[in-house]
Amino acid sequence: MRHVMSVLVQNKPGVLSRVTGLVSRRGFNIDSLSVAPTEDPTKSRITAVVEAEDVAYEQITKQLNKLVCVHKITDLTEDEAIERELVLFRVAVEPERRSEVIEIANVFRAKIVDVGHKSLTIEATGTQSKLAGLEELLKPYNLAEITRTGVTAITRSAK
Amino acid sequence: MTGAQAVIASLQAAGVEYVFGYPGGQAVKLFDALFESDITFILSRHEQAAVHEADGYARVTGKPGVVLVTSGPGATNTVTGIATAYMDSVPLVVITAQVPTTVIGTDSFQEADIFGVTLPVVKHSYLLREARELPETFAEAFHVASTGRPGPVLIDVPSDVAGQELEFTWPETVNIPSYKPTVKGNAKQVRKAAALIGEARKPLVIAGGGVVSANASEALAALVDTMQIPVVCTLMGKTALPSAHPLNLGHVGMHGSKYANEAIAQCDLLICVGTHLSDRVTGRIAHFAERARVIHIDIDPAEIGKVLPADVPIVGDVAGVLADIVEALSAQKAQPQSKDWLAELAEWKERWPFYSTAVEEGRTGIIPEDVVMELSRQLAGTRSIVTTEVGQHQMWAAQFMERETPRSFITSGGLGTMGFGFPAALGASLANPDDQVVCIAGDGSLQMNIQEMATALEAGANVKVLLMNNSALGMVHQWQTLFNNKRFMATEFSANPDFVALAAAYGWQAARVEDPSSVAAAIETMLAAEGCYLLDVVIPRDANVYPMVPPGGATADAVGAIDLAVGAVRLGLERHEVRQVGEVNEEGEGGL
Ligand SMILES: Cc1ncc(C[n+]2csc(CCOP(=O)(O)OP(=O)(O)O)c2C)c(N)n1
Repeated sequence: MRHVMSVLVQNKPGVLSRVTGLVSRRGFNIDSLSVAPTEDPTKSRITAVVEAEDVAYEQITKQLNKLVCVHKITDLTEDEAIERELVLFRVAVEPERRSEVIEIANVFRAKIVDVGHKSLTIEATGTQSKLAGLEELLKPYNLAEITRTGVTAITRSAK
Repeated sequence: MTGAQAVIASLQAAGVEYVFGYPGGQAVKLFDALFESDITFILSRHEQAAVHEADGYARVTGKPGVVLVTSGPGATNTVTGIATAYMDSVPLVVITAQVPTTVIGTDSFQEADIFGVTLPVVKHSYLLREARELPETFAEAFHVASTGRPGPVLIDVPSDVAGQELEFTWPETVNIPSYKPTVKGNAKQVRKAAALIGEARKPLVIAGGGVVSANASEALAALVDTMQIPVVCTLMGKTALPSAHPLNLGHVGMHGSKYANEAIAQCDLLICVGTHLSDRVTGRIAHFAERARVIHIDIDPAEIGKVLPADVPIVGDVAGVLADIVEALSAQKAQPQSKDWLAELAEWKERWPFYSTAVEEGRTGIIPEDVVMELSRQLAGTRSIVTTEVGQHQMWAAQFMERETPRSFITSGGLGTMGFGFPAALGASLANPDDQVVCIAGDGSLQMNIQEMATALEAGANVKVLLMNNSALGMVHQWQTLFNNKRFMATEFSANPDFVALAAAYGWQAARVEDPSSVAAAIETMLAAEGCYLLDVVIPRDANVYPMVPPGGATADAVGAIDLAVGAVRLGLERHEVRQVGEVNEEGEGGL
């Protein structure tokens, strides 16, 4: 099962390798990873997407919780969380078909952030499934390069 | 003061008596600062041994052992020692010198990323960047090493940081918001545990190293005495309860007694206390404690449910939790109901003894079990500490050494590090100079850190080495006997040194014994000697440790147990000796 794991850690050198090293050492692959400081500059948040059965996932979180540098772990896989990723697509589309690409981008509320002679670059944010949809539609226009930030997530506000 | 002086001031503030280690270029400032201090520095002959010495000190005192080494090779030599302490949850503070911050990352001379290398085997670690971080870092390190589930902490000190000036103030308290081990067991879970214990007809405690490290022996005795619960001990939990305690069934697991393993198979309630349920204990997990409900008590939440699902998990300090359970039991007015169970166990003990002279008849040469039992008899009633190396001798020691007090049996359980026992004995002896300290060693293991004979003499330590010399890597030899058709690949030594002459060259007293009838007197002479003494006991190469649960097998598959109901024979050996390589590790379990 896919888990979005949000790990609040000390903002100190070495912390990222401690966390990711532990996850891989216990035999799990990290599908995506994003890290940055939080509103409190002494803390960072690591958002990792891992594939693991529930029992194994529980074991990883218990092991991570033991790390002195880990404040808190939240599972943001559930519906109560908002998940986003940012993707940059470089589309090497010939000038005559550019407008089609721009139209697709608009439908997905994506932005054209760079235009060159031979390609244009689209910035899109959204859930992984929305972005996968966009990627599918851009494929016929010669997708030259894709780069993703990895998923980040936050709990929904209480209603 | 300088960073280097602050390191030593921190050690003094933390109450450190001994530092074990080895100097070098990047560490000269640190060593210079030691010159004025009243800390005793023990100069080992290898950094790995220095860590084991600190580890032995820590295991017998419960206080963090401290190591100081230089950068690069000095630091990398500590890795096995740190991993050994990590696996057995031993508090250590390991200080490694590092190249100056200005050249870190440039492959400068004697630079090794020890912070990175040790990440998987430390509880926590620090790379100092500025001297002003130093007092807080050291205070944190000692706190982290010795609280919660103890473990080794590494501090990497670049030599320019050691030279920087700082205002030194030792923090009164340590506060790490992200590190707050749960100490008090959940009250509801405690009541649930008490209810299960109150109902159980066939309760059993499995006591692990956590009982020893949490100083929970009295609390454990209080529980088992009131409720008449028998106890089996893992290798690390050997001193959780005195060997002679009537409820103590002793060693369990791969080389445990048949009655102890059978008790796990038959119990209706298994109370796991401070144990991570190693595969060496459980055998094939699917068949472990199949009939039992499970209560698991540990300071480390990650150990609970890791290999065995627990009906009642309790996270907390085991001493406190056990005391809470006793209180809950008395509130419930629970009465022991284990009378029939204890009677059954007593029968099993008679029927399947660990050892019987009748079975040993016809064996030639010195019988290793007899040696251990003789040592055990001679140490009885004295203040003593026994350490072991790793191999057959370790298992015989686990089976037959009787111990009275906690922390008096020191062995590398989790990592199984050959070369641990002798330096650990040295550390233990410095911590408790009035105790008789004996290392039971194998000739393979002893040679992994034999150079520490010089350290021992120099430190004025009083260490005895009882060498069970089979001119072989006996435990591996045994596996080859049982599982590889006696194809003895790389397990027989043909050029061992003359250990008596070698010991003498190091300035030790030493003797050799080859005749079974001289063993008792030889041990007596060893124990009576002032100062360091090695006794080279020549034992046969083909002696095996029994019973044995084949790696990957269930405990019920054990071979070599004595069954007096059948006659004075060891069970299942014929069947077993024909097993071939490859059958053993089907499940990827096992390994030496
Ligand atoms: C450092 C290390 N290397 C290898 C092993 C694998 N191993 C386990 S027991 C053993 C043999 C130990 O021989 P010895 O110390 O002579 O003890 P004996 O079994 O003969 O009593 C070996 C090689 C180990 N445990 N540790």
